[in-house]
Amino acid sequence: METQQHISRQYNQELESVKSKVLKMGGLVEDQVEKSISALIEQNSELAKEVAESDYKINKIEVEIDESCAQLIAKRQPAAGDLRLVIAIIKVITDLERIGDEAEKIGRYTQKLTSMKDDVNMYAELSRLGDKVITILRDALDAFARMDVEQAARIAETDRQIDEEFDRVSRILVTHMMENSRNIKTMLHVIWCARALERIGDHSQNICEYVVYLVKGKDVRHIELE
Amino acid sequence: MINIEKREEFDIEIDKTVGKPFINDAKFSTRNVDVFYGEKQAIFDANIDIGKNQIIAMIGSSGCGKSTFLRCLNRMNDTIQDCHISGDIRLDDEDIYQKQQDPVLLRARVGMVFQKPNPFPKSIYDNVAYGAKLHGLASSKIELDELVEKSLIRAGLFKEVKDSLHKPGTSLSGGQQQRLCIARTIAIDPEVILMDEPTSALDPIATAVIEELMIDLSKKYTIAIVTHSMQQAARVSQRTAYFHLGYVVEVNDTNIVFTNPEHQLTENYITGRFG
Ligand SMILES: Nc1ncnc2c1ncn2[C@@H]1O[C@H](COP(=O)(O)OP(=O)(O)OP(=O)(O)O)[C@@H](O)[C@H]1O
Ligand SMILES: [Mg+2]
Repeated sequence: METQQHISRQYNQELESVKSKVLKMGGLVEDQVEKSISALIEQNSELAKEVAESDYKINKIEVEIDESCAQLIAKRQPAAGDLRLVIAIIKVITDLERIGDEAEKIGRYTQKLTSMKDDVNMYAELSRLGDKVITILRDALDAFARMDVEQAARIAETDRQIDEEFDRVSRILVTHMMENSRNIKTMLHVIWCARALERIGDHSQNICEYVVYLVKGKDVRHIELE
Repeated sequence: MINIEKREEFDIEIDKTVGKPFINDAKFSTRNVDVFYGEKQAIFDANIDIGKNQIIAMIGSSGCGKSTFLRCLNRMNDTIQDCHISGDIRLDDEDIYQKQQDPVLLRARVGMVFQKPNPFPKSIYDNVAYGAKLHGLASSKIELDELVEKSLIRAGLFKEVKDSLHKPGTSLSGGQQQRLCIARTIAIDPEVILMDEPTSALDPIATAVIEELMIDLSKKYTIAIVTHSMQQAARVSQRTAYFHLGYVVEVNDTNIVFTNPEHQLTENYITGRFG
């Protein structure tokens, strides 16, 4: 966004360092989400366990970034674009952390599902939702890294598709539950996973909104992205 | 009006002042104001309104013309040899540079507080009473006493000095002296108070006291303050004007200037970047 450098080189470095930590956190989160989806769809209990037990890494880096932002505010009193960057970062990492939590949930539900050994075979139905979710997350992180407002605005459209896909999957799962009441407990876990995926889509959309705020200085959270 | 040669020095163009330089219900309006010191132009085509009962902050790096502009508003520049002003400056829609305008009367309406507290070498009482006497604002000793007390109270100094009104003004601390100068200014009951870096010589506590005072005073007076502290501008003012090399680059609501300025030069200045 800015091309000019601060008069204080130290300040430049501090901002750059926080930015790169956010990108690193984004990478970790993306990795967790990918793994959780694979674990779910392939019913891979090993991978599910790994995901469920790796969330602490994301939490740790979130705390680090929070700390750096607090120090930046106290020491530098950022203004204008710098201020918006710090605010956007604090918000982005909150959503990233939540996405991490959702991935962790998927990991745990998947561990349960693999131990239930019900032959529900609904996982293929989730793969389209999983694909869409991983795409929106990746695009959102990419828009943030490149401060790309146009991409960020486009992504809002994708979130609507995710909501539709979630509705479709829910209908199928509910129908299935009505037909096979023995499997209700299993199906509930599957629905919770779908719900977690849909939430990841929502958090990704939030990230896009912060990108618009950051670059344009406009809050688009509660209005439609044009 | 704009000096093209000068403008080419910028990487980024200053076409005209961006933001909201004009407002309804202006106390002061300046239009096409140029100021020269001899051959050297210090202000280029300043067009800006100052709102009634508001605080406007003027920011910008050293030498950009903030003090020069401020001094235009009460014709303090008249006292500087070689200083020439053209353009239109109106107070309540009246040209303050018209022939029949008496600069002394103008300065009673538009008071000024300086960077360095400059009490007269007189008692605290006389510092405040001096201007009021000069302008015949009190008809008796009792009235004058009341006026002095009222002004000191408004300036937030009365409690500290009520038992030592006859000590010299210079015996006070820097922060107290500055409040004494403010009391002296408001004793004349001006309509506008100009403040040129009024807290730059003060500690944070004394600064906070003066800032509170400014906010309080702005209910009754119109205030224009020059400051090098961005935080101060952000804290006290409703509007902010950013000056750069003699140009008014941007005037906007303070909230906007500090979160989302329109002009790249404003952004560079307030975020501490090379402009
Ligand atoms: N009395 C004067 N005679 C000649 N030139 C002057 C005079 N006063 C100011 N100038 C010039 O006019 C320009 C603007 O000066 P001014 O004092 O208005 O700047 P400023 O923004 O108040 O700076 P600072 O933040 O340092 O107080 C400067 O280039 C300065 O050298
Ligand atoms: Mg000055």
